[in-house]
Amino acid sequence: MSKLTPPLPKWLRPAPTRTHEDEGVAADDGAPGGNGGEPGRAGKVRESAAEGSANVVGWLDERSGISPIVRAQFYRKVPKGTNWFYTLGSATLFAFVSQAVTGVFLAMYYEPDTSRAYESAAHITNEVFLGELVRGMHRWGSTVMIILIFLHMARTFVFGAYKYPRELQWVIGVVLLVLTLAMGLTGYLLPFDQRSFWATTVAVNLNASAPVIGPYLADFMRGGAEFGAASLARFYALHMLAIPGLIAALIGAHLYLVAKLGTTAPPWLKAEKKALRQEGI
Amino acid sequence: MPSQPPDSSKPKPRYTLDEGAPGAFEGETVTRRKFMTGGAMAIGGVATAAFGLPALGFALGPQFEDGTPDRWQDMGPEGEFSVSTYVPKVMNIVADAGEAGKHTVYIRKFDPKRDSKRNADLPYVAISNRCAHLGCPVRYIQASKRFVCPCHGGVYEFEGKVEGGPPVRPLDRFYTRVRGGRVEVGERFSLNSELRRFSVRDPSNHLDGPWQYLYPSRPST
Repeated sequence: MSKLTPPLPKWLRPAPTRTHEDEGVAADDGAPGGNGGEPGRAGKVRESAAEGSANVVGWLDERSGISPIVRAQFYRKVPKGTNWFYTLGSATLFAFVSQAVTGVFLAMYYEPDTSRAYESAAHITNEVFLGELVRGMHRWGSTVMIILIFLHMARTFVFGAYKYPRELQWVIGVVLLVLTLAMGLTGYLLPFDQRSFWATTVAVNLNASAPVIGPYLADFMRGGAEFGAASLARFYALHMLAIPGLIAALIGAHLYLVAKLGTTAPPWLKAEKKALRQEGI
Repeated sequence: MPSQPPDSSKPKPRYTLDEGAPGAFEGETVTRRKFMTGGAMAIGGVATAAFGLPALGFALGPQFEDGTPDRWQDMGPEGEFSVSTYVPKVMNIVADAGEAGKHTVYIRKFDPKRDSKRNADLPYVAISNRCAHLGCPVRYIQASKRFVCPCHGGVYEFEGKVEGGPPVRPLDRFYTRVRGGRVEVGERFSLNSELRRFSVRDPSNHLDGPWQYLYPSRPST
């Protein structure tokens, strides 16, 4: 069992017990008036401070048993040839987290009402302290996230990392791509200016052009036959609650599979000949 | 009593006692464990449906009720409009669509000499500015007597019939009437290429040829 998990890093290993002399030296350093070999108060404080963090980690680990999981995830072996292209997935995750955080703060000022949406968005940009920056990060971050997703996808495709046993990861990834595009669509309406309104009108009417189900689909998106307050509230609820929850859950599944199956070596790395010969015999 | 492995060639016995299930009672056809599992699942299903179905109905409700307001809006005195050109008027079909959701209506007097007799019951022609392709706002250009869409190049002639580009049917219109010397517009309706009236459809929904059967009318209009 212990051979399967990588060794603990140095800072997580239990410290060797200190001798009496060491404590005395520490006490002398800290408090010049310390009496002889007895550990002084400053020495004790320093000692307990040094062990405090280890104690907290130990307390948590004893109750959750999480350290093997953490070790397996963060100190796992990765294939030879792992390079910067392998960071694109983490970069996409970071973009999502950044969107989630800036989105939560934007929601503190934004009002999803057809008569107030534009004014509240303008208020965020023009009057709220750093509002322009936070709104800008959310607006440009959405584009960055979509670009990163496509780069991540291209890396997976070109490296052949979608093949057995990682097909399920690819499928989940495609669902995540679609959900992220849906985030882009629903978020685009929220400033409720002319561009938002007409772009979303066209997007909804594109759905309406599907045979048979189209008209009903468009009604569902608008919350009725005409574009109105219900449509904005619907898009807001989807953008704020439904789609981000789904994305977070699927990212969890995606990462679980990464932890379970590991990553692939780049395709240009051949297996070592020695290993091949051994297998042949 | 050691339980026998089930023999697939024989039909499953009716009573649990005959199956040799542990703790079986005489005359019992379902083991208590199986009954318990099924009951717990059924209760879970009922509980899920109890909140799930109302929530689904809540989200889908607007599909099944007529959401288009049945009201007449004043567009100005009769003298403002002529037969030769359209006058643009701005209104909101639904009151809560906000500033961005405003709707432009192009209005002119009905011309018995030029217009098709199909809509002769309406004293004024009130054309919606929503393009029949994907709903972009069209603009009337008097010099060419045509409606032009900025998005994908749809062109409509003076009566609103398609002359070029991707639109699938003529521009939508509104019912019109005159009350106390003032022109009022009411509900919107769609038209096919012969200017026959239909309940209002979404842009891109065909009303001619075999395609019309792929785009049914909706209960919400």
